[in-house]
Amino acid sequence: MQDFTEAFALALHLIGSRDADLWAAVLLSLEVSLSASLIAFVIGAPVGAYLAVRQFTGRSAVLVLVNALLGLPPVVVGLAVYILLSNSGPLGGLRLLFTPLAMIVAQTLLTLPIVVALTHRATAGFWERFGDSLTVDGASPLRSISILLAMARAGLVTAYLAAFGRAIAEVGAIMMVGGNIRGYTRTMTTAIALETSKGNLALALALGLILISLALAVSASAFLLGRRG
Amino acid sequence: MFGSGCRRVFLAGCVAAIVCAGAVRAEERFITLASTTSTEQSGLFDYILPIFQKESGITVRVVAVGTGQALAIGARGDADALLVHDRVGEDKFVANGNGIDGRDVMFNDFVLVGPKADPASVRGLKDAKEALKRIGAAHAPFASRGDDSGTNRLELRLWKAANIDVRAAGGGWYRELGSGMGPTLNTSAGLEAYTLTDRATWANFANRESLEILVEGDAALFNRYGSILVNPRKFPHVKADDARRWHEWLTSAAGRAAISSYKIKGEQLFFPSSDTSRS
Repeated sequence: MQDFTEAFALALHLIGSRDADLWAAVLLSLEVSLSASLIAFVIGAPVGAYLAVRQFTGRSAVLVLVNALLGLPPVVVGLAVYILLSNSGPLGGLRLLFTPLAMIVAQTLLTLPIVVALTHRATAGFWERFGDSLTVDGASPLRSISILLAMARAGLVTAYLAAFGRAIAEVGAIMMVGGNIRGYTRTMTTAIALETSKGNLALALALGLILISLALAVSASAFLLGRRG
Repeated sequence: MFGSGCRRVFLAGCVAAIVCAGAVRAEERFITLASTTSTEQSGLFDYILPIFQKESGITVRVVAVGTGQALAIGARGDADALLVHDRVGEDKFVANGNGIDGRDVMFNDFVLVGPKADPASVRGLKDAKEALKRIGAAHAPFASRGDDSGTNRLELRLWKAANIDVRAAGGGWYRELGSGMGPTLNTSAGLEAYTLTDRATWANFANRESLEILVEGDAALFNRYGSILVNPRKFPHVKADDARRWHEWLTSAAGRAAISSYKIKGEQLFFPSSDTSRS
């Protein structure tokens, strides 16, 4: 238990100390994970609602696939993005490897299935109840999707938070495509991995506590926004 | 009071802030260096890179991985220069046309660490091969990096020299972890296992528990770091000029002085090579 008390004290001390490396990692973690989950949300939510609204052959197959991808291993996503963005890879010309943007790409891919699956789950019930009346009213599919998304907004907050939670907690993909470069691509999770490997367990745990507080703050803001909206 | 319009403004603000944060990070002059975990985790880079940056205006972005992976990153043209420690692998890298101008930069040594209780009685031996023979005979737990790093490659050569086939070794005493040096030391501390580590990572490692240095000083435990430039003919996009500036600086009087003056608790951890050329 001594390690935990030490970590807790250290976390408080770090927050008070305005350590430049720490704040760079905090900001980068937020920047990368908020961007990735927002992009995934903007793309994934309409797709999820579309899957609820439209009947087409192969829809079940798509749903099974999307749900399977909920368990997408970060290290595999990292490897795939690495190979794509590598200077010898098909997108090497973009020079994105070992940059924050590469990390955003990896986390977007990682969180997209979460948004699609949870949005589909959140909107499918509303479609069952109101789909017929929407169709009778002559609502276009696009209009139906936006109405459904508005109805299901509580579920959408959950979908977004699940995506953000996955992103902010993830280390395998960003380590590989970001390279954990000090002051440039070092996030909270990659810093925790690094400090653990140096044997600085209390410091690593303290960083973990700060990371959890961040996730808590984001979740609380989303909750308040969702309630007031 | 907080209508959906207000919420949209808030969200747009978030997105704008994120985009700005990305843009503000100005285009700096930098090279990418693929290197080993030992140089990074020993704190050497934190010490010498700012000195180089001040002199040259070039930021060095370090991707710290095992030597095997660092060579693979270089072979895809994903780094501008390498600083690694496996002479056999480095020579192959150059021979394959992936790198040019390999130079010896600095050295230190490997040490065999193990539990204080020392079940295989290797403490104080000056012969690493003999120590491994005893560990193998005693079936004492040994933690191997198992990650194709420079340390791992040396360890496997030592087992071979000791005539022990660790892949065939039964009894579960030989554990391949597939991890970096630090995680391997963490695991060894937990398992009370012997392991081979570079001295720099060990000096900077905090979670030792009952581990201590048991064998050191064998010439076979020499640990030499080499700098290689990724071949600009094969990979035209590499930052050849800035990478060369780094490469020259490392082996210059200024670079050697920076390397020599890095110390942990008064102990010098890296020694500049007196002759950097390779034949």
